[in-house]
Amino acid sequence: MSADQSKAIPRPTPETRPFWDGAAAGELRIQRCVACARHYFYPRPVCPHCGSSDVEWVTASGRATLYSYVISHRPAPGFAGDGPYAIAVVELEEGVRMMTNIVHTEITPENLALDMPLRVVFEPRGDVHVPLFEPAGEAS
Amino acid sequence: MTAVIIGAAETDEVGRLPEHSAFRLHLEGARNALADAGLTKDDVDGVATVGTPGPVQVAHALGVTPAWLDGTSVGGTSFLFHVRHAMAAIEAGLCHTVLVTHGESGRSRVGAPPRAFGPDSLLGQFELPYGTMGPATTFTVTALRYMKETGLTHEQLASVAVAQRRWSSRNPRAAMRDLVTVDDVLASRLVAYPFHLLECCLVTDGGGALVVTSRERAEALGTRKPPVYVLGAGESAESPIISQMEDFTTSRSFRLSSQAAFAEAKITHGDVDHLMIYDAFAHVPIYGLEDMGFVGRGEAGAFIAEGHTSPGGRLPMNTNGGGLSYTHTGMYGMFAMQESIRQLRGEAAAQVPGVEVGVVLGNGGMFMSAATLALANRLP
Repeated sequence: MSADQSKAIPRPTPETRPFWDGAAAGELRIQRCVACARHYFYPRPVCPHCGSSDVEWVTASGRATLYSYVISHRPAPGFAGDGPYAIAVVELEEGVRMMTNIVHTEITPENLALDMPLRVVFEPRGDVHVPLFEPAGEAS
Repeated sequence: MTAVIIGAAETDEVGRLPEHSAFRLHLEGARNALADAGLTKDDVDGVATVGTPGPVQVAHALGVTPAWLDGTSVGGTSFLFHVRHAMAAIEAGLCHTVLVTHGESGRSRVGAPPRAFGPDSLLGQFELPYGTMGPATTFTVTALRYMKETGLTHEQLASVAVAQRRWSSRNPRAAMRDLVTVDDVLASRLVAYPFHLLECCLVTDGGGALVVTSRERAEALGTRKPPVYVLGAGESAESPIISQMEDFTTSRSFRLSSQAAFAEAKITHGDVDHLMIYDAFAHVPIYGLEDMGFVGRGEAGAFIAEGHTSPGGRLPMNTNGGGLSYTHTGMYGMFAMQESIRQLRGEAAAQVPGVEVGVVLGNGGMFMSAATLALANRLP
């Protein structure tokens, strides 16, 4: 059942298309309210802070910290080959949070300290790219 | 005016029921609740339940001609919302007697709605690509942040499961009745670190229903069982996806719904004899105890570990064994209310002496929504 072995592939909607286009271009794009200057996530046409519809897309730095996570021992389709994997929520430098996976490190509690610095990487998946995060090390 | 719960019952059995469709479980719960109230379907003019099969199908199958319907479907706490909405509808004169039903083939998946979320849904775009597998991998994601901020230990988290087994060991209907230790919990297999199997809820089949009416009608009809008064209720919601919860260490909707319920009921924490907090996973009662204000921030883990919610403790909680050890169909709120009502009627399997005021906190989704009911077997 090869179809069962692929990871879930997101399908953009018109509201989220710029996010996924950004990921394909290697940029993490999020929205910012022009009226109140605050960022927000997930993509939508109205600022949740002040209600303004005057919102714009900006490119985030890609720097983040680890806010929280679990290590899943029950693999979702396509994840069985990864071993236990981290389903994480990261906080971007711009202040918004998003769910992701932590990659490019051994997935153990010891290796995954909350608030550790991370940076975005993009994984091709089907016809989109999915933002994942890797440890940024102390130099970043 | 105070709403009164005059009928309350679960399905004949809960657990593994492959011969029961979800729909049949609704109808069995409804039949049992009406019998418990000493009423017939012709006494009912309002029906409330979640999206599938929904109130139209339930009303039709029962032969009820509804003057009022509520299909609020905001997760496993929806039935607490239904009670609150029924209170308001009855008070407004929209209807006089409401049946709230639940039936779910959570384990056997007979006649159950599909679980799938499309790839262009919010979950399909921003959760599922990361290998989430339902609540065990998403509801749980707040816990490590809570542990870091408050110092909650793995042993204290495990003690939630230990305390609830002390209750379920006294409940013949409970799925899991063997006493366990903290070591047993921590030795059970990891599902999603830091959560072990025994810190995750069961997945079962079952159902139940309530009959809600006005105090005046309850008195006019007469009730077979002691009436249970709904003194106060509150509801709220936060984020549809857990990553957008404001603060991973506290639930806004837990706080707001309980504040509203306590204020309407004009009760304080010291008045509460018995507590039910929806426990899909071991951390949820910890958040609930703090967000409702029963203990201070960071104190709930020790409070449970020290036995204060266990049999003989000063705040008996989740006395049916909860979702962790009694039953959890997927939408547990109905069962939390049923146990609160049994305790107030004095008919619980693990009866706490002298219960006059009980509070029920229901969670929906992954800290997505919440409702709180303050119940009593006497008027203030």
